[in-house]
Amino acid sequence: MAKTKVSPKATSSLGPAEVRKMYRNMLLARTVDERMWVLNRAGKAPFVIPCRGQEAAQVGWAAGLRPTDFFLPYYRDIGVMLTLGYTARQAFLSLIGKAEDVTSGGRQMPGHYGWRERHVITGSSPVTTQVLHAVGIAYASRMRGEDAVAAAALGEGSTSQGDFHEALNWASIYKLPVLFVVENNGYAISSPQAKEMAVQDAAERALGYGMAGVTVDGTDFFACYEATVQAAERARRGDGPTLLEFKMYRLLPHSSDDDDRTYRSRDEVDAWKERDPILRMQQHVLEAGVMTAEDDGALRAEVQAEVDEAIAYAEAAPYPPVEDMFTHVYAD
Amino acid sequence: MAVKNLIDGIREAMSEEMARDERVVLLGEDVGKRGGVFRASEGLVDAYGEQRVIDAPLGESGIVGVAIGMALNGLVPIAEIQFADFIHPAFNQIVSEAAKIRYRSDNDFHVPMVIRAPFGGGVHGGLYHSQSVEAFFMHVPGLKVVIPSTPADAKGLLKSAIRDEDPVVFFEHKRSYRLVRGEIPDGDVTVPIGKARLVREGKDLSIFAYGLMAFYAEQAAQTLAQEGISAEVIDLRTLLPLDREAILQSVARTHRALIVHEANHTMGAGAEVAATIAEGALYELDAPIRRLTGPDIPAMPFNTPQEEHFMPNPEKIAQAARELCAL
Repeated sequence: MAKTKVSPKATSSLGPAEVRKMYRNMLLARTVDERMWVLNRAGKAPFVIPCRGQEAAQVGWAAGLRPTDFFLPYYRDIGVMLTLGYTARQAFLSLIGKAEDVTSGGRQMPGHYGWRERHVITGSSPVTTQVLHAVGIAYASRMRGEDAVAAAALGEGSTSQGDFHEALNWASIYKLPVLFVVENNGYAISSPQAKEMAVQDAAERALGYGMAGVTVDGTDFFACYEATVQAAERARRGDGPTLLEFKMYRLLPHSSDDDDRTYRSRDEVDAWKERDPILRMQQHVLEAGVMTAEDDGALRAEVQAEVDEAIAYAEAAPYPPVEDMFTHVYAD
Repeated sequence: MAVKNLIDGIREAMSEEMARDERVVLLGEDVGKRGGVFRASEGLVDAYGEQRVIDAPLGESGIVGVAIGMALNGLVPIAEIQFADFIHPAFNQIVSEAAKIRYRSDNDFHVPMVIRAPFGGGVHGGLYHSQSVEAFFMHVPGLKVVIPSTPADAKGLLKSAIRDEDPVVFFEHKRSYRLVRGEIPDGDVTVPIGKARLVREGKDLSIFAYGLMAFYAEQAAQTLAQEGISAEVIDLRTLLPLDREAILQSVARTHRALIVHEANHTMGAGAEVAATIAEGALYELDAPIRRLTGPDIPAMPFNTPQEEHFMPNPEKIAQAARELCAL
């Protein structure tokens, strides 16, 4: 029951085909993200919340769990969603609020995920509320004797919220199978980590709750994946929750409405671009012989084509009828 | 049928629902071993175990947030907030989460759950153990807001709330817990949410109230009857959704409307009742709509004379009725 700072070796139980799939998920997340940004700048999408720089952690933690587990992603987690089977089409349908959007039928802003079929719990905009839901979900699963784990993601800024404290306290008192996944990208909009907490690592906070805390290099897919698998194993064994912290950097502004030039230097951003998780994964797959440079080029072209098709599909798709806005306030 | 206290109705409803449906759990501060600070859950932990009767760590947002998670994963939680005055830390979880989960997920998710909280004054509770906070939640589509005034309704409405597929905020007037006694029907009897109760028929005016004030209104009506004033009393029972039809029908019969609540005046439940009458039965009225409410001060003072001055009571209700009927 102590905080550990580890970066597991860049090896894992994943075979080459699975590694290729994870790399594809990361590329798809990046490509979807880039094209959403373009659509926003072209005036075709009102709002975009980017994931750029966080793909390794997002794909890693989602892949480290089972379909029977519960996922409570936060608004930046497109990489989580794509790993769980969400498609590029679904991402763009949600981006422009079309009727076919599986997360909310076009009701919610993009990035507010929810998909019962895949155990993705509906989320809102007030941050950190979801971590308490994960606790209740885990309590219910354990009460029925099931081995499901509930994983709630949040930014490091959200660790300042009272709900964060209450959730960690509950989960540790009852030793519940919960993973608190802090995607630490260094900023809460404009506030750097030093203005959010007095500790070096958010995972240090685990100590105060008597739970495991792990800080991981969030640009290393394999480290994120393995740390999640290990935390989930602890949870399933009955050894209680884990506070997982993935450290990385938000390469873009907070959202399409933000301008990060007002609060951080280009030098800082450029330095982090050299640690881009996509570059790191690309280097791995090429060096490990998972694929050739030619395969990589073909994969990227395939992903681009998928996104092109998704955008065309979503743009042509119908909006929900106005009268539908009055449905589902209560049970019918 | 036995005569019991209102709080017995609450306890029986929880106990019977927990026996009927193993998905039902209770969580809140001191609800287990202590049986709740008002003893509403006395004996439940012995009957159903610590896994289903959960002494929660002290934090209202946590209690409601964890309950939402339970409801999202197949349980039917009853979250007890020890005093309604302390519900505000959970406001975000209730209003941003519970109330909107069905809507925002396009019906993919919903949260069948009850949030119970004792409310109201007249118990020397001072500012922070006397508040009536129902109006905050009446403004939130997606929630239901229920307030019983009799032991039978306490049991029947709470059973309905537990079986409801949507989140129900259930306020229990703490002064009425052991003041209001009445018969509770034996067996599994539910009372529908969304229906007002005609407490007493009358022809000279309608008194609309809920909770302890419905009990007081009935007493006032008895006094008025001796003076030759025939007061109809409507116990609203559910504030959201409001039984507008019952309100309009009553005004059509009596042509005068007195609305009573203990919560402060401005933007209280009475404002919605008055607006309902103004929109739907204005030409039925023989006199202006009258509201008798708590005053617009931040909360109820502790000391006896000021507390008594704050609270509506049977005599104040009767006096307001006399004045209204004199118009």
